[in-house]
Amino acid sequence: MTPEFEAEYRRRQKARAKVTALALGAMVILFFAIAVVRMH
Amino acid sequence: MSSLTVAQPLPAEWRDFLALTKPRVMTLVVFTGLCGMLAAPVHIHPVIGFTAILCIALGAGACGALNMWYEADLDAQMKRTARRPLPAGRMDRQAALHFGVGLGVFSVLLMGLAVNLLSAAILAASILFYVVIYTVWLKRRTPQNIVIGGAAGAFPALIGWAAACGRLDLLPVLMFFMVFLWTPPHFWALALFVETDYAAAGVPMMPVVAGARTTRIQVFAYALPMAVVAVLPWGLKLTGAIYGLTALILSLVFVGLAVQVGLSKQGDQALMKPERRLFRFSILYLFVLFGALVADRMLLV
Repeated sequence: MTPEFEAEYRRRQKARAKVTALALGAMVILFFAIAVVRMH
Repeated sequence: MSSLTVAQPLPAEWRDFLALTKPRVMTLVVFTGLCGMLAAPVHIHPVIGFTAILCIALGAGACGALNMWYEADLDAQMKRTARRPLPAGRMDRQAALHFGVGLGVFSVLLMGLAVNLLSAAILAASILFYVVIYTVWLKRRTPQNIVIGGAAGAFPALIGWAAACGRLDLLPVLMFFMVFLWTPPHFWALALFVETDYAAAGVPMMPVVAGARTTRIQVFAYALPMAVVAVLPWGLKLTGAIYGLTALILSLVFVGLAVQVGLSKQGDQALMKPERRLFRFSILYLFVLFGALVADRMLLV
């Protein structure tokens, strides 16, 4: 395992974690909005 | 850190997962779904409407991912698709399968819980149709594969309408058949003048299997009923004159171009002008036709 490989590995992991977090955050907002609309 | 001491491939980038969803195909699917929803005579809450369109997009993404998962071997043999995440070796096949199945199940569940059961059922049927009937079963077995694929692409109009109304009527069924009958002339016009390597990959595309002459006749054979179905909503008084006249003029031009293709005997792909004209016009045709339908229905309702 070279340091370059490990750095690239971590960079990809981090980027994927950020996108996943953003998608989950968007889902939380969407589910909240759906719940509010359905209650009315 | 110990997990990194064993030799292992790099994890796929998030862009590779996005590429699995075929974003360009998704735009047409979202457009027809949105038109189906906006043409419906029922007002849908913007949040629910957005959720329905999101589910249609995610369902289309699932289809794309599962298609790439199943066809990784085929994609590797063709220039156009060899750079996709799986044949290029940027992603594990299992990850693509999990991503596709997860996306598909999530989109259907969300549609069912947030919108309604009918739209969820049609979405599930369209995903299964595209993956099982088209990709796995018929794509490599028949030169009519594009016709079957066209049916899968025609579902979103039905889903959009069902999301708004909770039921189906004659108009969304006609919209389904418009896209269904539009797909073969659109795709075969392209297949006639573009050099493809489907034959080398073992996919029986019409121009390769049946020849240019038969393909040209089939282009016309599908364009004619497509034009009739496009004008039918006006004839049945489901729309007004805005849509009716637009559909009539556009369809006459489409059939005229299809006749030119049908009569053409050009064998050199570089000189196939009628085919190029029909392909370019077919894109405009569907967008303007559906746009006029929505505008007309909004004024009518």
